[in-house]
Amino acid sequence: MDNAAHRLTGLLPAVCFPFLAQLPDTFWMPSQASTTAREVDVVFYLIYWISVVFFALIVGLMTWFVVRYRRRRPHDAAQPAPAHSTSLEITWTAIPVIVSVLLFIVGFKSYMNMVTPPRGAYEIAVTGQKWNWLFTYPNGHISNELHVPVDRPVLLTMTSEDVIHSLWIPAFRVKMDVVPGRYNRTWFEAHTPGTYPLLCTEYCGVGHADMLTTVTVHPSGRFDTWLEAASNLFDTLPPAEAGALLARRLGCVACHSVDGAGGIGPSFVDLYGSTVATRDGKQLLADENYIRRSIVDPMAELVAGYDPVMPTYAGRIKDQEITGIIAYLKSLSRHAGGDAELETAAPAEPGVPTEVR
Amino acid sequence: MNTGAATIADRSNGAAGRPHGENYLNCASGWRSWLFTLDHKRIGVMYLAAILFSFFLGGIFALLVRTELISPGHTIMDADSYNRAFTLHGAIMTFLFIIPGIPAALGNFVLPLLLGAKDVALPRLNLASFHIYAIGAVMAVAAILLGGVDTGWTFYTPYSTTTSGQVVMVTLAVFVLGFSSIFTGINFIVTIHKMRPAGMGWFRMPLMLWALYATAIIQVLATPVLAITVLLLVAERVLGIGVFDPALGGDPVLFQHFFWFYSHPAVYIMILPAMGVISELISTHSRKTIFGYRAIAYSSIAIAVFSFLVWGHHMFVSGQSPLATVIFSALTFSVSIPSAVKVFNWLATMYKGAIKLETPMVYALSFIFLFGIGGLTGLFLATLATDVHLHDSYFVVAHFHYTMMGGVVIAFLAGIFHWWPKMFGRLFSQKWGNIGAVLVFAGFNLTFFSQFVMGSKGMPRRYYSYPPEFEIYHQLSTYGSYLLAVGLFVAAGVLLHSLLAGRRAPANPWGSATLEWQAASPPSHHNFDGPVILTDPYDYSGLVWDAEEQGFVRTAHEEVVR
Repeated sequence: MDNAAHRLTGLLPAVCFPFLAQLPDTFWMPSQASTTAREVDVVFYLIYWISVVFFALIVGLMTWFVVRYRRRRPHDAAQPAPAHSTSLEITWTAIPVIVSVLLFIVGFKSYMNMVTPPRGAYEIAVTGQKWNWLFTYPNGHISNELHVPVDRPVLLTMTSEDVIHSLWIPAFRVKMDVVPGRYNRTWFEAHTPGTYPLLCTEYCGVGHADMLTTVTVHPSGRFDTWLEAASNLFDTLPPAEAGALLARRLGCVACHSVDGAGGIGPSFVDLYGSTVATRDGKQLLADENYIRRSIVDPMAELVAGYDPVMPTYAGRIKDQEITGIIAYLKSLSRHAGGDAELETAAPAEPGVPTEVR
Repeated sequence: MNTGAATIADRSNGAAGRPHGENYLNCASGWRSWLFTLDHKRIGVMYLAAILFSFFLGGIFALLVRTELISPGHTIMDADSYNRAFTLHGAIMTFLFIIPGIPAALGNFVLPLLLGAKDVALPRLNLASFHIYAIGAVMAVAAILLGGVDTGWTFYTPYSTTTSGQVVMVTLAVFVLGFSSIFTGINFIVTIHKMRPAGMGWFRMPLMLWALYATAIIQVLATPVLAITVLLLVAERVLGIGVFDPALGGDPVLFQHFFWFYSHPAVYIMILPAMGVISELISTHSRKTIFGYRAIAYSSIAIAVFSFLVWGHHMFVSGQSPLATVIFSALTFSVSIPSAVKVFNWLATMYKGAIKLETPMVYALSFIFLFGIGGLTGLFLATLATDVHLHDSYFVVAHFHYTMMGGVVIAFLAGIFHWWPKMFGRLFSQKWGNIGAVLVFAGFNLTFFSQFVMGSKGMPRRYYSYPPEFEIYHQLSTYGSYLLAVGLFVAAGVLLHSLLAGRRAPANPWGSATLEWQAASPPSHHNFDGPVILTDPYDYSGLVWDAEEQGFVRTAHEEVVR
């Protein structure tokens, strides 16, 4: 009774908080953390026990024969025994055939599940390069460690920048080569939150053994929070660099060149602090407020010589991100920095165009 | 059976009856008499010496690799040196040692003798094969001295086309060595077809000949593919012709298909002759007719055929289509059947036999144990679900070594000990021979069994360093490799001691019924001094122990009956 009660209480956390039920690693296998892992381990142990039985049979018979039929005197001859037996030979051909067919079918079924990602899987792009991993999430965030949500199929679309690598997550029983010039896919559904090793397992040179990182499975609901926090570039980068990343990620630089060349929109080079001629004949100083307005309401002050094609970013961009982009534009402009007049010229009242004196 | 009390031991074949004890070893002297000999026995002995030297060299690199891995991070060398060390270990062991091992060294020596013939059909081609092997070996060693390579023995592109090092030299060495292998294969096919004595039909051949024949077919058909592959690799590296490099419009996985189209059959070039050796040894040292002769013979041919159809299992996770993967998985299982059949036949041969644990037999039993593990762990890798997890891990390294070292190398050692008295006319110490065999067996299992465990737990292959949880397995493996090395040195010491101080071997110390034992030990230059009595290769009833000769002799009665 005591024992049973103890076992029940022992199970309690696992029942109440399934994510705590870390399946421990066994003698042969690391802990199971994905739906595939369970399936693979069932097949593994099936083959394992078949092998143990066959091996015990072979070595057992061999040992028994060596002991039982030992030659005691040099001239001892073998006892009469048949030199072949059709029925015996058919039997011991048929049994391995049956075992092989069985194992093929079992392995085939699991394999088809492993190579067929379910619809609506969360897609992460993987790039292998000497000697690190880049994981690109749908919102454009890039990390060197893989982060995935729990209980949701995740599809990895993988390619390599240089030589062949191979992505292996032992706890998920998942592996696929990462080949330059083509995209290989693999998928998994992690069921246990935690952090697990992720390794390169195709030899790729001096740093091959350093090409290991982790995969973090976030508990239910926490993945989105993580991604939002992680994609907040301002925690990790100076504003100008964060702005540069955003300008690329939001597509600004597709129209606004960063090398002074012409384009669909005015070049970003030397824009900040310059004087801009609008279509309706006004001369505006391109200061912080001008840039902010141009992003959230591009049609308000159209620059002469350009078509009114820019979409509004109102609601799609945060204030902090605008600040970052402004800092980036400052870094691209020779009008910025040390220009005290410009710094102080901006009127206290926002939203009103500043006329150039 | 024993009515004919007189034996034929004192026929001219007996050691005592030969003029002045002349044999193939002392019938001519001077380095030219060796280097330009057309005698298959001398070529076999030269091959044996060269191959054992390669084994030693490859073994040194193996010990360097294992020593580096005894602790994570830097132990005795940096990552770049480590990569070169494991590449050279693999390349030397594969191309210089294990592929030519049994066919070129033991096969060359015993094949004509098993046929009761004077030599192979094409002795000059045989010598050319050895000379080409020597050129290839010199190229490989030169590449090592010039800095070596770090590609792994598989030369996967685009790594191999972009890394620095002696890739061109090593791959050209492989190209040259391939011709040596093809020449040996052609020679064996022609010899077995044309030089069987009258009365020796295909199904009266010793099983060693079936095995060497199946091996020769693979050598001749598969090796040219490797030759073309390495030439394409050299063309890409030197001339920038895009075949495999995606940057040049090539396909890196194509290289893997080409490479394994040879290199998978190549593992059967290694294991088939090993199986032939074991078939001979189990029967001889059990003094019992081989069980299921035809099944063993056919299974050798079946393995040779199937070996060409399974290369795709090396690309299960390379991104080849799932359909191809499924088909290759099914075909891969087919190889397990003939291999299993052979093992069961060997066991049935031992049943009711008169088994003596002579050193060759101890190695043969060790082979069954280790090859059993090697074969059964192949099931995990043929099965798709488990292969995805185990692919490119230490599990594969362990499986490969259990079949190739636990299988082929152990059978090679078994064969060397079995035919040593015939080759050099000396008996070795059975006791020390067996001690060496047991040390090799124990060291081998310690080295490689721990690798199964760390592989399935998540240790990738070809890693210079590793997470701390794998340290205990790596330490066991490294200590095992030292024990294995000690065992091999004991074995070498036993053989060298026999040359210096061993007792003179009788013509037939083990009581084997195959024809080579009718020749003297060592044979004369022409192999057989008298007429060869064609007998069933596995009929031991006509062989009786002669205490004076300390060997087995054929009863005169038997000769009359024939």
